Amino acid sequence: MKYYDKLIFELSRPGRVGYELPKNDFATEGEKAIPSDLLRKSSLDLPEVSELDVVRHYTNLSNKNFGVDTGFYPLGSCTMKYNPKINEEVATMAQFAELHPLQDPDTAQGALELYWNLQNALANLAGFEEFTLNPYAGAHGELTGLMVMRSYHKSRGDHKRTKIIVPDSAHGTNPASAMVAGLEVVEVKSRPNGSIDIEDLKPLLNDEVAGIMMTNPNTLGMFETEIVEIAKLVHEAGGLLYYDGANFNPLLGKVRPGDMGFDIMHINLHKTFSTPHGGGGPGSGPVGVAKHLVKFLPNPHVKKDDNGKFYVENGDEALGSVSTFFGNFGVMMKAYAYILSLGKEGIKEVGPMATLNANYIKESLKDDYLLPIEGACKHEFVFDGLKDKSTGVTTLNVAKRLLDYGFHAPTIYFPLLFHESMMIEPTETESLETLDEFIDVMHKVAKEARETPDEVKNAPLTTIVRKLDETTAAKNPILNYKALKNS
Amino acid sequence: MNRYIPHTEEDIKVMLEKIGVNSTDDLFSDIPEEVIFKGEYDIPSAMSEVELRKHFQELGDKNTRLKVFAGGGAYDHYSPSVIGHLLSRSEFYTAYTPYQPEISQGTLQYIFEYQSMICELTGLEASNASMYDGATATAEAAMMMVASAKKKNRVAISATLAPRVVDVVKTYTKFHGVDLTVIPEKDGVTDLEALAEVLEGGDVAGVIVPCPNKYGIVEDFTGLAEKVHSVKALLAMNCDPSTLAVLRTPAEWGADIACGDGQTLGMPLQFGGPYLGFMACSKAQLRKMPGRVVGATKDADGKRAFVLTLQAREQHIRREKATSNICSNQSLMALYATVYVALMGKKGLEEVNKLSCDGAHYLYNKLLATGKFHKVFDKPFLKEFTVRTDLDVKKVNEYLASKGYMGGIDLGNGLVEFAVTEKRTKEEIDELVTLMLEA
Repeated sequence: MKYYDKLIFELSRPGRVGYELPKNDFATEGEKAIPSDLLRKSSLDLPEVSELDVVRHYTNLSNKNFGVDTGFYPLGSCTMKYNPKINEEVATMAQFAELHPLQDPDTAQGALELYWNLQNALANLAGFEEFTLNPYAGAHGELTGLMVMRSYHKSRGDHKRTKIIVPDSAHGTNPASAMVAGLEVVEVKSRPNGSIDIEDLKPLLNDEVAGIMMTNPNTLGMFETEIVEIAKLVHEAGGLLYYDGANFNPLLGKVRPGDMGFDIMHINLHKTFSTPHGGGGPGSGPVGVAKHLVKFLPNPHVKKDDNGKFYVENGDEALGSVSTFFGNFGVMMKAYAYILSLGKEGIKEVGPMATLNANYIKESLKDDYLLPIEGACKHEFVFDGLKDKSTGVTTLNVAKRLLDYGFHAPTIYFPLLFHESMMIEPTETESLETLDEFIDVMHKVAKEARETPDEVKNAPLTTIVRKLDETTAAKNPILNYKALKNS
Repeated sequence: MNRYIPHTEEDIKVMLEKIGVNSTDDLFSDIPEEVIFKGEYDIPSAMSEVELRKHFQELGDKNTRLKVFAGGGAYDHYSPSVIGHLLSRSEFYTAYTPYQPEISQGTLQYIFEYQSMICELTGLEASNASMYDGATATAEAAMMMVASAKKKNRVAISATLAPRVVDVVKTYTKFHGVDLTVIPEKDGVTDLEALAEVLEGGDVAGVIVPCPNKYGIVEDFTGLAEKVHSVKALLAMNCDPSTLAVLRTPAEWGADIACGDGQTLGMPLQFGGPYLGFMACSKAQLRKMPGRVVGATKDADGKRAFVLTLQAREQHIRREKATSNICSNQSLMALYATVYVALMGKKGLEEVNKLSCDGAHYLYNKLLATGKFHKVFDKPFLKEFTVRTDLDVKKVNEYLASKGYMGGIDLGNGLVEFAVTEKRTKEEIDELVTLMLEA
């Protein structure tokens, strides 16, 4: 296929249009409605293109993208599972798409019922009392959860608790969310296997600690086996436990975070519950809490009365609101469809099969790649680069070489515990054949690294663009078409 | 097994053997027995597609589809058919954040186009690759202004901003530790004298004003930017990007930051989301702006290409030193806006605004002519306006809903706010008014 690299602005021809609006039946009621001082004076250089121009242009752009539907996407911590098509179909139903968020709840009973059903399903699957579906993404859920935590302490007049314990292996959003929520981060060191050392944790616990943020399994894919003891210690010190649900997928069918002693958690619907990542969003980050924290969840709340009627409520003790309306409702529709499609039996297979897939890859590749932690991982694991580093081939080189072979790269250089981290998460939706193909290619790349290292270092060799100059892009940012034209 | 999990019994056997365990349970043997979930989930059994469609249909039938005459932050604009078709290209929607630029040029390029369009509309020099929604984008703007000011910690926000936006800004600033002052309103617009007094306090890092405001009024901010900048504070404007095709832009007002909700760029109402938060800023503020940013560059062979850039600002690098925790964005909604703006162009956006404005004024005049609705503010408006009525708004709206219409938003004290988009016909407006008088 021909290489396509036009920008939509470059297709523009003065006078061409790509729309047709209804005829204006009004006289000139609105004319001169706005005084000229309040009107736009500057030029507006937008594309002038036909409908077909637009369709071809974006279809061509889509061909320059790799998605889960294109091929295996073992991006660790992102849970790139298959995004079922029926979910996309139901989410565009007009009966929901045309609903205004401020419609009288009596005229939106179906939407509110869906919200209610999903919040209850999540509460059941995760072992919490109640969920809010309002947060828009994982990081937004973290922020909301930490606001719940602070509201709880404040409601008890416990104003000293301004610190939050975060393991050094945590996702970057954890400390950043804590900062936004006005909490001071205290880092707890991980053991070599990434788990929290109780002896390191103990001295950090005091009456200034609001709580701890944990991911379990942690970012190395290892289960924190001492979680019950950790929960006990944190609770005894008056703190709360926050569960980062980014790694919830392996626990489906096995463990409910609420049962481990966590008080608050968020779920990434775009990870565990199969809603598409959309090139980075929209996601959805519902937050669940234990019973004593329910009143702090953000407004609005969806409730059901004794007659089975759904209504919307804004609570006085709520932490406030974190979204304009009810969150990313369209995303919730897809997650709800997913849960119903798998059902209570199917959902139980998710965690075990995701875990089986990860362990299979790990065991198949540890001859060529350095496995820093032995033992059963959960949904993902981390290699510390190639075992044989003598030829200087790095994790980045391996990642780029994988692109040549038609695979998306794993997450690289995270977690920060190792220099050459390569985090692999296959998810349960991949078949044995796909895993075997990936394993073969990984072995092949390791062989190339030994025999023809320069070729690997030069990868990718076959992608449509290669080795992009990121340094100049950051030093001299060109961030829009006007700047590009003038550069 | 089910249709989303491909493992056959034979596959599982082969894999367990390779791993060297007897069952998948063995892979969880490190988990303390006391936390293992042994019960049944309280959710229904698996549904087939046939059953699932039926279930959604039943839920959908419990919603009432209405002809919308309300706004309040969500507008029933026309959405061209093309958008849905292009957005359903799964190469776009099944991809993640473009970490590997070599195989993500599609995403990176449309984001660059999106940024270009937002820059054109706002008149500002830089746009991020999107935020969650208009309210959170405005809250991020508040935190950004404080981070930029370093030693000043107060943000002044106009009471004429939509209450739902103010609520979210209040939540963020309360927890983040930013002092927030709400500037009172006077005759439906920001009380600029009261604002000047707050600015004299010397601790204001930034000011946030709306355009149009919560009553639909297009406010006059002549001289505001000069006043704000004279005390070394920043000016942020919350605006509706669709209206920027005709209204004076944030850049023309002298604003440093523009933010707001991009839902008006063709996105469905969808019961409140997903929408699109947008944020743009002047070059001087670029390095304090939260979120992903895409820049143009060249590849090893000299080809034009696009990359995520200025990542040193972001949470995954700076962790607790970042100024925002934004990680993902609303990329697919940014594509929505991009395709919409590409189809409409300057002329289409102007026409959307003219149609909406003409329809809104037609309704406004018609309402005043009934004698049951009265003028509250004598201020310019575009597609949304507020009037006072003697009618019982709740009763009227219930009656309207029974006839297939969503009436204006009840602001309390007899105030009601209507919005008219290019989708509303003259016949619908006439019928709406007749029905309201009947109620």
